[in-house]
Amino acid sequence: MNALLELLRKIGAMTIDGVWRLGFIARFFCVVLRYSGQSFRRLPLTIREIYFSGVLSLLIILVSGLFVGMVLGLQGYDILQRFGSIDALGIMVALSLLRELGPVVAGLLFASRAGSAVTAEIGLMKTTEQLQAMDMMAVNPIARVVAPRFWGGVISMPLLAALFSAMGILGGWLIGVVAIGVDDGAFWSQMRASVDFRYDVLNGIIKSFVFGMAVSLIAVFEGYDCQPTAEGVSRAITRTVVSSALVILALDFVLTSFMFRGL
Amino acid sequence: MIVPSMCAGHPQPMNQAISNEPTANESPSSEPPSNEPISSESISNEPVVRLEQVRFAYGEREILRGVDFAVHRGQLVAIMGGSGSGKTTLLRLIGGQLHANAGKVTVAGQDLGALSTSALYALRRRMGMLFQFGALFTDMSVFDNVAFPLREHTDLPFELIRDLVLMKLHAVGLRGAAALMPSELSGGMARRVALARAVALDPLLVLYDEPFAGLDPISLGVTGQLIRQLNDALGAASIMVTHDVRVSLELVDYVYFVSDGVIVARGTPEEIRASDDPFVHQFVHAEAHGPVPFHYPAPPLASLLDEVAA
Repeated sequence: MNALLELLRKIGAMTIDGVWRLGFIARFFCVVLRYSGQSFRRLPLTIREIYFSGVLSLLIILVSGLFVGMVLGLQGYDILQRFGSIDALGIMVALSLLRELGPVVAGLLFASRAGSAVTAEIGLMKTTEQLQAMDMMAVNPIARVVAPRFWGGVISMPLLAALFSAMGILGGWLIGVVAIGVDDGAFWSQMRASVDFRYDVLNGIIKSFVFGMAVSLIAVFEGYDCQPTAEGVSRAITRTVVSSALVILALDFVLTSFMFRGL
Repeated sequence: MIVPSMCAGHPQPMNQAISNEPTANESPSSEPPSNEPISSESISNEPVVRLEQVRFAYGEREILRGVDFAVHRGQLVAIMGGSGSGKTTLLRLIGGQLHANAGKVTVAGQDLGALSTSALYALRRRMGMLFQFGALFTDMSVFDNVAFPLREHTDLPFELIRDLVLMKLHAVGLRGAAALMPSELSGGMARRVALARAVALDPLLVLYDEPFAGLDPISLGVTGQLIRQLNDALGAASIMVTHDVRVSLELVDYVYFVSDGVIVARGTPEEIRASDDPFVHQFVHAEAHGPVPFHYPAPPLASLLDEVAA
């Protein structure tokens, strides 16, 4: 009986803690938005963060996109040939990437590469009192440090997802057309005929934008909120990667259920 | 717009007033800068910092229990006390990073408890703070660190900012290190760069959090001299939280001892040295026995032995 009560107490405490934390993140998000003006007035600050979050993530995004596309080419050919539909390989590769794999896998990679780096940087700035020093110099650390990193991530993410999808399509073409011998004209023409810009491409961009907002917010929040110790920063980085992955997958389900209902 | 002066209102340029290096107009054998405490006439009657019956608690744990003190322009004041006595909390209250639960903290005539965020930031532009380990921005060079407050709070042209930064760095003897990154500096050098950054806007009030922690004897002596000389050159009020009794008593004008959330002793260095107050005596002479216990509260060893025997 006591063990059951203890379990219930722990569940209750975790629930209350979770709700508090959600409320705190929401409040933090509002503060970041409030102080975002400086990110755009002083554009070099945000451009610098786009470089660190976006440009420095290019290698992992492009290489991963290429391999994912190549795997899609192999798997797609294997499945479609059973139904005599290998000409539809281009459609399958393009739609898989534009609707789902592009935004989701790019989001997961972005969280691992750029999100963790942002959390570590802000967390270490907190640990070494740099944020406090900035505050004492009458410079708001949310406006100077957090907001540019947040918007740098938000702007980078859709661009990275688009590049991931483009590289994936290239990978699918290399395997399907160059290596296996699917007809080149059929591959591209079927893709052009079936991929709708608003329904497929735009929805994919919206997804990647939402994932970018979520990952960037989690990354800056975890860095800003971490315990100012080596262990605290390490835990914050882990939480950024794990929370981002879970949030991306959950948001993907919600967005897909609204966007793609076969209408 | 704030425009930092070249000499902070003093008859000689600051780089000459506080540099340890000979300048072009100065022979290497010329007299070193004076380390005499400033005269009492130069100390204004209106305090820059005033604390009146200040109380502060972290939740249920009371840290400060009715603290009163005042610091005037031109004064260098040390706050001393054992670890956990509330010294750093006191500094944070003066910097507006924490707010008193009761009582009043006034800086430059403004009640910190009544200030909006923008008013507090406006006031902080007239403050400088040296953190325990410098808190330099690790992604910026030494030059950019010192230029940071100037770039953030002024519209000065690049050439003038460059001259001001190099002058501040020259004052702390690190003009030649302007291009280095913080990771390339020793602890003492980092502290001096942080000092140059703290005084970049010629502040009215400078706060020092453990400025001597972890420094070798040479760096410690140099940093101590710089703090004294910068304070005199700027005509600022300075408050230093420190454990280093020997160096501090040679530098400061006045000392406050904090213990258990209250000020237990105060006086000039001479008065402190001559004090027979048990707390001051224990602290100044680094004695293990006295009002400040060495051991954290624990049950007597005998009771533990009894438990083992049982």
